[in-house]
Parts: sequence; structure tokens; C-alpha cells
Amino acid sequence: MRVLLIDDEKELVSTLAERLSFRGIEADWVCSGKEALNKIEEQVYDVAVVDIKMPQIGGIQLKRMIADKYPDMKFIFMTGHGSEEDFLAGSEEAGEEFYLVKPVAIEELVKKMKQALDE
Amino acid sequence: MRKSSSKSLISLISDWKILKLKFWNYRDVAAGGREQPFNFRRMWRLTVLLTAGVALVPLIAIIIVDYQMTQRSIESENLMRTARLVSNTHRSISFFFTQRKAALDFVAQEYSFETLNEPGMLQNILKNLKISFGGITDIDLFGPQGNQRNYVGPYELLGKNYSDQHWYQEVCKRGAYISDVFLGFRKVPHIVIAIKRTLPNGLFFILRTTLDTSVFEGFLTGLELGGKSDIFMINREGILQTSSLYYGKIFEKSSLFVPGYARRTRVLKKDDPRTGQIIIGYRYIPETPFILMLVQNRRELLKTWYKTRMELILFLTVSVILIVGVVIWMATYLVNKIFQADQARVATLHQVEYSNKMASIGRLAAGVAHEVNNPLAIINEKAGLIKDLITFSKKYEGDEKLHQLVDSILASVQRAGAITKRLLSFSRYPDISLQPIELKQLIEEVLTFFEKEAQYRSILISLDAAEDMPVIKSDRGKLQEIFLNLFNNACLAMEYGGHLDIRIRVKDENSILVTVTDDGCGMPREDLERIFEPFFSTRTDRGGTGLGLSLTANFLRKLGGDISVESDPGKGTTFTVTLPVKTQIKDGKVACEFY
Repeated sequence: MRVLLIDDEKELVSTLAERLSFRGIEADWVCSGKEALNKIEEQVYDVAVVDIKMPQIGGIQLKRMIADKYPDMKFIFMTGHGSEEDFLAGSEEAGEEFYLVKPVAIEELVKKMKQALDE
Repeated sequence: MRKSSSKSLISLISDWKILKLKFWNYRDVAAGGREQPFNFRRMWRLTVLLTAGVALVPLIAIIIVDYQMTQRSIESENLMRTARLVSNTHRSISFFFTQRKAALDFVAQEYSFETLNEPGMLQNILKNLKISFGGITDIDLFGPQGNQRNYVGPYELLGKNYSDQHWYQEVCKRGAYISDVFLGFRKVPHIVIAIKRTLPNGLFFILRTTLDTSVFEGFLTGLELGGKSDIFMINREGILQTSSLYYGKIFEKSSLFVPGYARRTRVLKKDDPRTGQIIIGYRYIPETPFILMLVQNRRELLKTWYKTRMELILFLTVSVILIVGVVIWMATYLVNKIFQADQARVATLHQVEYSNKMASIGRLAAGVAHEVNNPLAIINEKAGLIKDLITFSKKYEGDEKLHQLVDSILASVQRAGAITKRLLSFSRYPDISLQPIELKQLIEEVLTFFEKEAQYRSILISLDAAEDMPVIKSDRGKLQEIFLNLFNNACLAMEYGGHLDIRIRVKDENSILVTVTDDGCGMPREDLERIFEPFFSTRTDRGGTGLGLSLTANFLRKLGGDISVESDPGKGTTFTVTLPVKTQIKDGKVACEFY
């Protein structure tokens, strides 16, 4: 399973990638939607873990931009902001199951990834 | 009188609990000490008094004017009728005398003493007079010394001397005389008409005829007056000349006074101690000693007026009752409508205010949560990484202290994360959104807010949920607020060492009961009736807004549920919440539904 982590908090994604590697999951990370678009061109990912609120290209927008091209790619949304709009948008795009509010427990994230791939 | 009656009516209604006019004793608590924008009681009074006044004053005025006019016209009509009757009767009587006097005068002028003194002549004249005029009993002829010279009639009177009789002296003086009714030698009531004819040689003779009073009385009795009316004649001394119904018999002195002389018919109003007010019509009959009297009882004459008056008063009474009734009903209906509209307005206003407040708090909480969550997530990941490093590397194996430290950091992060998540879940749904809810779990979540306070104040919280509770479909955010409010109230009511018992039971297949019981200070009965009113608070001095329970009840109504309260001052309070298993939205839109 190859995973792409996308969040504007570099410290968060880099650490998360390192932790996932301990669990045998290959994870790359980028800090913006734009970088993510480039990264996806280079490499095929099974799951994208993406923050809903990012500068320029947000998580939802990113999904819409690449969903047609990569229909098999699964999305898990994260947010630090539990506002209603975020919740509605996130749960509509990915389902309530794949919407996580930070801070996220690593085991839960891994579980969700596997669950997403199983679908 | 009308004002006092309406006053008493107002107090009657205010005491009349059956009406249960909520606005009557309503005090706008939200208005506080300021002038109340709507004083419903005053509005009601003003409406009733003004409308009733505008309707009743002209009605009563018209009735009074009509009353007086009708009374006056009936009175004057009665006086006129009396006067007319007296005049007509007078004319008949007067004519009766004049006619007979003229006939007698004609005889005296036409025939000489000698002719009249001839036997048979007077007989003939009497016969003719009787045929032509009637009412004549006899006729006699007198010489200058008052000796009767000739007599034709039914009585044995021939040869009597009349010179000392009153009528004889009068006729000698005046030339013509009509007497009172008197008995005379014959001892039968009669009237005398006498004519004196003075001859050219200075001698004179007198021709007299007597009239039967029965003919004369016939004029009066034939009038058919009815209604306690009395018509009779008196002479100028007040002696009755015909029998009266109420004022004595013939030749008796009338118990009425003798009215003053007048040439024309006059009508007087007098008080009679026996029969009440009377109307007297009278006329002096010229050239006779008679006064024609018509006495009528005023009360009898006014009988038609009394009937009209009764109808008027009845009409007025019915109208007043009807108008006042309609006015009171209308005022009550309208003021009640305004009151209800005002209540709805106030409730909406309060709700909007509260929603705005909650939305602001929600935004603030979400902002804070967001700002805190990002660094928290980094701490979480970094600490997680440390944990991973020490777990997956052999270098730190057996360093229990390091493991404990990292676990402690992660646990604290989890706790902080739980708090921010809870904050977020409270601010999430401003509108109603239905989703499946485990009620017990929801209440446990809400209770976590009170854990610390319960610990500090030694409050024992127990949650007792029945087995096999169905998953209900309702609004999570609203339910959280409802129970948060109820628990908060319970905690505020309790002192150190209180008990808060929450029981969840299945009421029937469609509804669930949640009872929240505390053993706090309780509430008096008069407060219980008002605790669900907006802005009713007993803690205004300690920062209470009085919104909590009103909104709780409002939310519950929106969710198709209900709330009731029982309280025993000093012993505690129990709130009973009924929730439908499946919420049907009554009003307010559904933001979204999750299944």
C-alpha cells in the first residue's frame, strides 16, 4: 500500500510518514495541493490522506481535480477545524467514516486506510 | 351606574378562573422595571370601556330623549282629550238648557197671561213642549204675588204660594232663571227654568217649567268614560248636582274643591290623597249655577304609556346586555390574539437571540479548537514517533521510564483532543438534523462535563438505563443542549453531597422517558407554573438568563417530545422528558439527515 500524506503542516506529515513506515506502510508527504498534483503524476498511490483546509487547493478541491483521472485512489480527510461546513463537505465527499478530526490516533488512521482499500 | 356595573364585571372576570385568560395576570419579566410595551389588562379595559361607551352612550341618550318625548306627548294628549270631552259635554248641556229656556221664553212672549190661564191651553203647551224637547215634567203659571195660577203636571201643587222660594225671588230679580237641582214641595230632585214677562202696565207674570234630572244625568252617564273616570256636576257652592262615583251622592257636598271661575274649559292636575294624581277638567256652564266636572285618574290615563315605557326599558336592558356581552367577548378575543402574537414574537426573538449566541459560541469554539488541534496533532505525531522509535529500536528497550513519559504525553494529547472534539460537536448543528442516537451514550457524554464539578462538591451521579433501549432518531446537538441544561440546573440546585439520578426507560414502542431527579432545594408551586416561560429565572442576581428551560422545552417540542416538572421545596425536583423514538419534525427545517 502506497500512501500520500498532504497537509500544510510539514512537521505533522513528515512525522506521520515516518511513523507509518514503522508499520510497513510506504508513505510520501507533500505540503500543498499543488505539490500533491505533481507527486501523483510521478507515482501511483492507493490512498491519499489530505487536510481539508489548505492554502490555494484544499482537500475537497484536490479530490475533485484528480478523482476522474485516478478513480481507484481512496481519500481520507483530516481536519483540525470541526466546523459544520467542513463536516458536511468531508462526510459528503468521503462518507462520515473517512472523516477524521485532528489529533488522529495512528492506529485509527491505519485502520481507516485498510478499510478504504477494502471497499 | 354603567361604569360601576362594568367595574364589577371586570372584577368578576378577573376572579373567574374558568376563563383562564393568560394575559390577565401576565407580567412581562423580560421588560424588567421598564414601562411594559403591552399592558394587556389595561388594553382590555380600555377596549371594553371605549367600545361599550361609544355604543352605549348614544343608545342611552336616544332612549332617554324618546322616553321624555313620548311621556310628554302622552301627557299632553291626555290633557287635550280631557279638555275636549269637557267642552263637548258642556256644549250638549248648555244647549239643553238654552233650548228649553228659549222655548219657554217664546211661550211667555207669545201668549198673554189670560190665554195661559185658560184651562186646557197650558195643557196643550206642555204636551207640545214634551213632544218637541222632552225632559219637561210640568209647567205652571204664577201671578205677581207668587201664587200659582195654573199648573199642568203630575204633582198636586196647585194654589201654593212660592213667594218665599229662592227661585221665585231670583226670577223676579233677573227676569230669567235656571235653578240648582232641588227637592222643593214635590220632594223629587228637579231643576226649574223660570221666565218673567213684564207687561206694559207694569204687572208681570212668571212662567215656570221643571226639568227631569234623569234626562240631564243621561248626558253624563252616556259618555262611557271607563278607567276610574268620574263626570258629574256641582253648583257653585260645591254641592253635587248629579251623583258622582267617587266624590259623593247628589245634594252632598263634594269632597273636591270648587275650581276657580273661568270662561273657558280648564284642565288642572291635582294630588288626591286617596287615588293618587288626578286630572280635573271643568267648565262653568253659562247662565246656570252648574259646573261640569270631569275627574280622571292620571295613572289610568297613563296605562298605555306604562306599557310603552316597559317596552322601552326592556329594549334598553336587552341591548345593553347584548352590547356589553359582545364588546367583552370581542375585546377578550382580540387582546388574547394580540397577547398570543406578542408571546410568539417574544419567543421567536428570544430564540433568535439564543441561536445567535450559540452560533457565536460555536464559531469561537470551532476557531479555538482548530488553532489548538493543529499543534496538538503535531505533538501527537512527534510523541507517537518517539514512542515508535523506542518501541521499534532495541536501544531503549527496558527503559520503562521513557515509555511511561511518552504514554503520559499521548494520553494528555488524547484528553485535550477529546475536549476540542466535544467543543466542536456542540457548535456543529444550528438547525435540527436527525441521526441515529444511543441515548445512554449521549447522556454519558454530556455527564463528562459535570465530572469535575461533581467531584469537587461530592455530588453522586447515577445513570440507570433500561436494557434493550432502542436507537432513537433525533437531533444530537439539541439533545446535548437539553440534557446539559437539565443537569446544570440540577447541579445548581444541590448543595455539597447531593444526588443526581438519571433514569432512562421505554414508555411505549413510540416513546422514551428520561427522568432527572435531584435532591436539591426544590421550587415553590407558583414558580413551577412559570419556569418554562422565557426569561423567568430565580438566579438573575447570579447570572441566570432565564433562557435555559424555556429553550429546553422549545427544543423538545420541536423534536416532538415533552417536558414536565414536579418539585417539593426543600426535598428536590424531578424533570421528566418524553422523547419520541422517531422524531417527526413539526416546525423548523431539517438541515440534514444521517442514517
